[in-house]
Amino acid sequence: MSELLLLLISTALVNNVVLIKFLGLCPVMGVSRNLESALGMGMATTFVLTLAAAASWMLEHWLLAPFGLEFLRILTFILVIASVVQFTEMFVKKTSPGLYQALGIYLPLITTNCAVLGVSLLNVQQEYGFFWSLAYAFGSAVGFTLVLMIFAGLRERIALSRVPAAFAGAPIAFVTISLMALAFMGFSGLNVQG
Amino acid sequence: MIAILSLTLLGAALGLLLGIAGRLLAVEANADVAGVESLLPGTNCGQCGFPGCAGAAAAMVSGAAPPGCCPPGGKAVALALAEKLGVSLDLSSVVDEGPKLAVVAEDLCIGCCRCLKYCPTDAILGAPKQIHNVLKEACTGCAACVEHCPTEALVMQPMPVSWQHWVMPKPAAA
Amino acid sequence: MGLMEKFFARSWGVHPRDYKRPAADAPVRVMPMPERLYLSLAQHLGAPARPVVLVGQTVKKGEKLADPQGAVSAAIHAPTSGVIAAIGEIPAPHPSGLPVQAVILEADGRDEWCESLKPCADPFGLDPDEISRRVADAGVVGMGGAAFPSALKLSSSRKAGVTTLVMNGGECEPYLSCDDRLMRDEAETIVDGIRLMLHAIGAKEALVGIEDNKPEAIAAMQKATAAHGNVHVRPIPARYPMGSEKQLVQTLTGREIPAGALPAEVGVAVHNVGTARAVSEAIRSGRPLVSRLLTVNGGCVGTPGNIVAPIGALVEEVIAFAGGIEGTPARLVMGGPMMGASLPHARIPVIKGTSGILALDAAQAHVRHEEACIRCASCARACPIQLMPLDIARHIRGGDLKGAVRLGLKDCIACGCCAYVCPAHIPLVQYFSHAKGSLAAEDRARQKTEATRKLAAARSERLAREAREKAEIAARRKAEREAAKAAAAAAAAASAKSAGEMSA
Repeated sequence: MSELLLLLISTALVNNVVLIKFLGLCPVMGVSRNLESALGMGMATTFVLTLAAAASWMLEHWLLAPFGLEFLRILTFILVIASVVQFTEMFVKKTSPGLYQALGIYLPLITTNCAVLGVSLLNVQQEYGFFWSLAYAFGSAVGFTLVLMIFAGLRERIALSRVPAAFAGAPIAFVTISLMALAFMGFSGLNVQG
Repeated sequence: MIAILSLTLLGAALGLLLGIAGRLLAVEANADVAGVESLLPGTNCGQCGFPGCAGAAAAMVSGAAPPGCCPPGGKAVALALAEKLGVSLDLSSVVDEGPKLAVVAEDLCIGCCRCLKYCPTDAILGAPKQIHNVLKEACTGCAACVEHCPTEALVMQPMPVSWQHWVMPKPAAA
Repeated sequence: MGLMEKFFARSWGVHPRDYKRPAADAPVRVMPMPERLYLSLAQHLGAPARPVVLVGQTVKKGEKLADPQGAVSAAIHAPTSGVIAAIGEIPAPHPSGLPVQAVILEADGRDEWCESLKPCADPFGLDPDEISRRVADAGVVGMGGAAFPSALKLSSSRKAGVTTLVMNGGECEPYLSCDDRLMRDEAETIVDGIRLMLHAIGAKEALVGIEDNKPEAIAAMQKATAAHGNVHVRPIPARYPMGSEKQLVQTLTGREIPAGALPAEVGVAVHNVGTARAVSEAIRSGRPLVSRLLTVNGGCVGTPGNIVAPIGALVEEVIAFAGGIEGTPARLVMGGPMMGASLPHARIPVIKGTSGILALDAAQAHVRHEEACIRCASCARACPIQLMPLDIARHIRGGDLKGAVRLGLKDCIACGCCAYVCPAHIPLVQYFSHAKGSLAAEDRARQKTEATRKLAAARSERLAREAREKAEIAARRKAEREAAKAAAAAAAAASAKSAGEMSA
């Protein structure tokens, strides 16, 4: 149990998927203009990531490994992830139109979110069991949501500040997120095995 | 062989699943049209290039028209529409030169009554051989009447600003 | 102030140097009638009045020139006898300087009161509603500056069951001393007006709040109220904006007016002491509000003091009477220096709500260069309604009006404390005025869209009705034609028959 907790902390903070592994930067830059849609995006990603990890674990252990089809891993993972995202989109559209509107075009963007594929592949690489895979994926997604929301909060404040014209928009956002990455490097001092 | 077979099966299974889910979780796509139409002025003036406000609403919901396509609505309607449709709005694309009014040039009007029937809000007052007038409270500035005037007596003018409606300018950034 | 309040009460407001003396101590001067008076039709809050006189018409002093129009409006009367020279546009007493409709009156120099005034010897025998009606007839509006029609406030307070009448004698704005002067000179009249208002509202008691920097006014009012048990004078600490409705009510009664609510919600009505004087005048002698006491002050005024000026006199004439301009004023203000309207020039008329005319020199005008906000939060500490001016202004500058409203922009009373204390000289109030104006414009656009929709619906209904009527008429015509045809055929048949019979 404590090991699972350590895994969660390790994935969310120490090996943060965005700021340490540099995965999923596209939505972090794209959906961080306001806190509300950042939260929506984070939750959708959490849902998809965990589901994709479960699906890809089953795929790996029940189909690819028994039949020696490891060379198809990336192809099948992408197929499964795309289907899961499609399903999520339909589900959100049906159950929560408000969230669907808030996410707008960003929901299908999760398909191309490299964090989802990356985490699934890392799971296989680390040879985790089913529940460990789920925990790893969930922890990564929590880390992703955390960074997205902190960054969105910062950008909301930056939007109201007087930024020099040359830095306005994307440049100041990149400067900010690089400073955040430096700050997150401080977590490596936690020395949690992950 | 196994590779091709398993990939095909996987694809087919997922496709089937999504197909069924699509049926089960279907949402009526045009549920929004009525809501969007309720935000539009409803005069069917046709300046957006669509057949009436209902047509424009349908086009906006399907994404064929931007939320800023309603000239009489101006910035306020564009913002409300953008919020409703959940899209970001590039305000620079909105043509909003401030509210306008149709004004009758009294020396040119011949009292032909032709403009009356094109006004979507019945804002033009007139009788045969009498100089017409525009009720400025009712005019929406849609300019539908302008092209029907045979003597070019109808012109669009910016709505005069009264001191009650004056907006203090934003302080210049230091 | 108790010990608890001294240590734990939140601090709000500012203590600007008041510059009230020596103008406050100078005796009141009455301005001679100018040759022409410019009476704006929109000198009160609400809809502009509708003129009821014609150009060329001769009017007597006190004759009605314009009727109220709509629910919130006030009548306007002739300040002197003379001839209506024109009805047209003049520059409004407003920072924009945009035109406003006005009646222009050429004085004949006789200054004769009209005969139809209705004095009342026993006003306490009148019905409360009758008092409100007479106050409305006299065109009395709030004299503190906002110029809300007083009769409306009286009758709505009565309906709302207001129990306490709060009289505003705070006059917290620097430079202004007209209320101070009025309380020193005409305390009896003011107290009479207060008692009439109590009668009209049906309230139990009146509290007169006077800032403690006006000891003479407090003494005079205490003497005048000694005989009346239900009118109490309450000295209050001098602090800006003590004269603001919310602050005054809380200081005097301990009741806090909720955000977006009127004082009636906590059983209080607030009126200015100048209004009480105007009410007394209107009821006792039947004379409408045609002149007012105002302060002319500032470093560029020859001899500052308080002046009785007719409504409609030009600012430049009032200043000329007060000793003229010395030097070049850096800013000309109508009202107080904190909340008054900066005037574009001096050819603008005095209105009913003009409490002062200030010609400020460069040092007094404090025109300073804006610098970046250092987030010291001085403004948040000074704000009397506990908003965060720095944050609201930041949202407005970033174009996020919704965010500004979320932070309480609509509760801002535009008192100017924040801008006064700001060490970076940020024009905070201008940001707020801009945002409030833009929000009002958005509201108007929304209302216009709504109205347009109704008009369009009415038109399509009309078209349908016309088509239906046309079809009905056509059907009736057809039926008539057919009936006629049938009748003709029957007649022809009958005649043929009779012809046949004849031939047979």
